[in-house]
Amino acid sequence: MEKWASNKAWFLVLPVFVIVAFSAILPLMTVVNYSVQDIFGPGQSVFVGTEFFKQVLADSRLHEALLRQFLFSALVLLIEIPLGVLIALAMPRKGVWVSACLVTLALPLLIPWNVIGTIWIIFTRPDIGLLGSTINHLGLAFDHTASPMDAWVTVMLMEVWHWTPLVVLLAYAGLRSIPEAYYQAAKIDGASSWAIFRYIQLPKMRGVLTIAVLLRFMDSFLIYAEPFVLTGGGPGNATTFLSIYLVKIALGQFDLGPAAAFSIIYFLIILLFSFIFYQALQNVGKGGRS
Amino acid sequence: MSLDWMAWTFPTAVFFISIVVILAAMTIWQVLWPSMERRGFLPITTTPGDRLFIGLLGSAYIHLAWIGLTGLTLWIAFGLAILWLVVVMIWG
Repeated sequence: MEKWASNKAWFLVLPVFVIVAFSAILPLMTVVNYSVQDIFGPGQSVFVGTEFFKQVLADSRLHEALLRQFLFSALVLLIEIPLGVLIALAMPRKGVWVSACLVTLALPLLIPWNVIGTIWIIFTRPDIGLLGSTINHLGLAFDHTASPMDAWVTVMLMEVWHWTPLVVLLAYAGLRSIPEAYYQAAKIDGASSWAIFRYIQLPKMRGVLTIAVLLRFMDSFLIYAEPFVLTGGGPGNATTFLSIYLVKIALGQFDLGPAAAFSIIYFLIILLFSFIFYQALQNVGKGGRS
Repeated sequence: MSLDWMAWTFPTAVFFISIVVILAAMTIWQVLWPSMERRGFLPITTTPGDRLFIGLLGSAYIHLAWIGLTGLTLWIAFGLAILWLVVVMIWG
């Protein structure tokens, strides 16, 4: 009886399979088909084999965009994870301020991504922007539309402002799940604040922090809307990340074949890192139980 | 419903049919002879499905490396990928 009930459950997940097939598998198959053909129009195509892959793999601008992407994701993790933990540690554990802090922190997460870019364009404008003009009035030349370094700083600031709250919320949830008895025991032992963090809070947050690292890496690796709206990938190609470059090829130049080949390589990179992080996550869970 | 918009070619159709056949065969194998997780030369414990995934992902990277680094025929990369897949499935 139990086995029959379990088998019937497969019909309940069937709609998900159908939706995934139409939303992910069929488009992926189409991308693979496009990557091996030069398509001129409906029904007009020439099979080119792996030519587009050769072209894309030899593209120096793709290599630069890939390096930029890895650098960006690494900086995101190095800044957002420690900062998120620090803010979570500083937040009140009980009282009316808890709700106020949580709502305030959640606000950037509720804003649409393209609006985030627009907000930061205005905020960092060197002539009228609150941040941009303040920095310029301090005597420091700041213009994210002209200087690659300023553009990077602005994109990083925007990214940290937008997504650190997610890390804070996850870390805070992890902290809240630690029973009060642990803190009482540490107090009796005369443990320092650092010892409490190192031996109680950090190990207990390990699970949520792994999820935070996973989410932030994948999101930052796929980033498109915010830097596209803010800098358009410039100045020059200074903030052209992988997805921006991909859209330039696919829609700007309408080179569907190379764009499809590029998409497959992009997909394989994400698949590899997802698998590595998934395995890391699994091992964290096993480590916690042992 | 026409599938012309998907721009199918014979090689890509063979590729996807092969993947579907492999997945179906693995599913039947798993249903008939369920296997446990085990540890081989890979640094993680794996099920046959995990090893198939690692094998296929590795095969994709072998092909990409071959295309990017050499100008030789892709059949050699295909042979290496099959070898890698077999090694991972048996000893991984």
